[in-house]
Amino acid sequence: MAANLPTQVQGGIGATQPGVQHDEHAHHDEHEHHEQGFLSKYVFSTDHKYIAKQFLITGIFWAIIGGTLSSLFRLQLGWPDATMEWLKPFLGKWIEAGKLNPEFYLALVTMHGTIMVFFVLTAGLSGTFSNFLIPLQIGARDMASGFMNMLSYWFFFASSVVMFSSLFIETGPAAAGWTIYPPLSALPQAISGSGAGQTLWLVSMALFIVSQLLGGVNYITTVINLRTQGMSMSKLPLTIWSFFLTAILGLLSFPVLFSAALLLIFDRSFGTSFFLSDIYIAGQALPNTGGSPILFQHLFWFLGHPEVYIVIMPAMGMVSEILATNARKPIFGYRAMIGSLLGISLLSFIVWAHHMFVTGMNPFLGSVFMFLTLIIAVPSAVKTFNWLATLWRGNIRFTTAMLFSIGFVSLFIAGGLTGIVLGNAALDIQMHNTYFVVAHFHLVMGSSAFFGLWAGVYHWFPKMFGRMMDEKLGYIHFWLTFIGVYLVFLPMHYVGIAGFPRRYYAWTGFDTFSQFADLNKFISIAAIIAFVGQFIFIFNFFYSIFRGRRATENPWNSTTLEWTTPVEPVHGNWPGAIPAVHRWPYDYSKPGAAEDFIPQTVPYSQTQSSNLPYEREME
Amino acid sequence: MHPSEALNTKQPATGIHPARFLLMLMMVSVFMIFAAYTSAYIVRRNEGNWLEFTLPAGFLYTTLVIALSSATMQWAWLAARKDNLAQVRIALVATLVLGLAFLVGQWLMWNQLVSQRIFFAGTDANPSGSFLYVLTGVHGFHLITGLIFLAIVLRKSFHYQVHSRQMLSIGNVTIYWHFLGALWLYLYLFLLLNH
Repeated sequence: MAANLPTQVQGGIGATQPGVQHDEHAHHDEHEHHEQGFLSKYVFSTDHKYIAKQFLITGIFWAIIGGTLSSLFRLQLGWPDATMEWLKPFLGKWIEAGKLNPEFYLALVTMHGTIMVFFVLTAGLSGTFSNFLIPLQIGARDMASGFMNMLSYWFFFASSVVMFSSLFIETGPAAAGWTIYPPLSALPQAISGSGAGQTLWLVSMALFIVSQLLGGVNYITTVINLRTQGMSMSKLPLTIWSFFLTAILGLLSFPVLFSAALLLIFDRSFGTSFFLSDIYIAGQALPNTGGSPILFQHLFWFLGHPEVYIVIMPAMGMVSEILATNARKPIFGYRAMIGSLLGISLLSFIVWAHHMFVTGMNPFLGSVFMFLTLIIAVPSAVKTFNWLATLWRGNIRFTTAMLFSIGFVSLFIAGGLTGIVLGNAALDIQMHNTYFVVAHFHLVMGSSAFFGLWAGVYHWFPKMFGRMMDEKLGYIHFWLTFIGVYLVFLPMHYVGIAGFPRRYYAWTGFDTFSQFADLNKFISIAAIIAFVGQFIFIFNFFYSIFRGRRATENPWNSTTLEWTTPVEPVHGNWPGAIPAVHRWPYDYSKPGAAEDFIPQTVPYSQTQSSNLPYEREME
Repeated sequence: MHPSEALNTKQPATGIHPARFLLMLMMVSVFMIFAAYTSAYIVRRNEGNWLEFTLPAGFLYTTLVIALSSATMQWAWLAARKDNLAQVRIALVATLVLGLAFLVGQWLMWNQLVSQRIFFAGTDANPSGSFLYVLTGVHGFHLITGLIFLAIVLRKSFHYQVHSRQMLSIGNVTIYWHFLGALWLYLYLFLLLNH
């Protein structure tokens, strides 16, 4: 494995200038130590650690907004007959005669989806942890281009401002669903949200895509080019592998969303007919002919499906890392973990049409996509098996991060199983657009990715802020959330099988559904309690930044490189030379070793008692 | 690859300068935009109600112009490697002029399309025409970014920042320019074959 270990050890890299890698003639003034002004230090920072915190805190802001919106529509779904007059000071004209405006209900659902998928679980999750962990775990001073990294955040910020402002405009925010299918999203006559709200949505997403691409190319370049000495690809922590592949998925799929968004903009504002044809609205025929709304779905889901892996893969990587650290065991099947990530990445591009089984596609084509979709169960099962095998007979330490990681595995299994149901075209036609689908993806991708996010925050908080988060509050947060999530989404499967369609404002008009009114109320109560519980986390987070217990350099006795940096972060990450790497990142509880972990920086010559036969050659 | 373009050999990396690697990844994402459009084009065409029309013959000339500009770009790069700074400037200016000529040519083609009553939008438009405008327009937009990049490198060449020991920027712009040319060639052949 490490046969090509460089002969030169400590100090080899650090001997060069901090920031290394640059052609001296091309960039002579970068990374020289100089006094930073307030703006360049706290606002337009190019330090990856600071940018990561900017992403995280913006992500938390968005998560609160997204959660609030969901509580609002859960109120409507749980108590369709109750008066909402008390929300009038907050929602204004969207409360009409004590009732929530039905079009605004659709806007709430749309914005909840958009915010959670893109702003929280894409930007907030990989924006935070790719930025924070890639340079620290591979042993780099910073990202390949700090400037582009800074731009990436500020494009995200601009995108956030546009999206947030769309919540307050007179015609309301976008209301055609987070998938913005035309013709609904293209015609302001159809729904008021498709007016200015949809325009702002598209502008915001265009900025968001630019942000993602600037960030993504940076992550890939950094992982490929800036690894420290000895850090071969087969010694990378699984976190880095997952961020790396996530960035590749984004690089290949976000441009396609951009293409689709541009065509939709042309249809909406310039009078083209890419997605519109033969439409009668309010008794009037539209002039558009020749468009195909199905074409939009193809383009959208070519992004949309990789997007769900963009959301889940960083969480998978972090969970792998946290499980191994806290089970005090090497991750089970390191190479299989990488292989399954590669498999998932590859498959994610050739399964998009399973979102479109009901579009009247050729059944043969449907069965091809069904077959490919079901194959994803294989790498997913490999990962699940390996996580469980890592826990098996481990010396488990139940830190908060560990609980959330185990919770992640649980949710991933629970949600993944229903994926097998939905992947089958014949079953999907029955389940399509019901709450069964909603329950499925909220478990397997929404909640799981959130659990990965929380696990990551609890685990790397000491490195981010130099303090520990409170464990007791963490436990309360975990149990409330874990139980809450199951109480919300398990009954939702049942409601879905009963035939409840998504995106319906109320079902009071259907007698069939009246017997499920209590169940919907139950889901709403659970959802609102679970949401309110998140403020425990938010309190813990901000309180611990200032008042938390001081962290030590390596509080979890972990092996990876970020824990060799000082508690007080420095510009360039390591005050002296960047340490060289000698071994893989999972030497936990190695038989014969003095301690139950051996950091990656320890050469084999210092661990003769624990070296395996093939490692003796490298002493 | 020239030594000044290579990384410090101590790095366990690809040996490609990060800036160049970033550029290559950007080119991948640009290509994905066109991959999306051309596959959408095929999908849409196969659904019928597709207006057939002859591609203006002038696209052949704009194709030749951009091919020629790739040649002058390569000339600039070779001249820079030989430290022939006068030639670098001439060749870069020539590339810039040819690039502008290409854009003007594309604009004339749009005018010709309009005179053929092939419209981008409106009641008489068919997606087959709209797609043509989108493909050429989005390519033209990227060509403008290439021209800006060229102008920056040209300015550098006047400040003696482009020579055989400082090949990074001119190398990057050469790669990007060839990419834009190849992209157009792909689009042109695609349009010829799918009309």
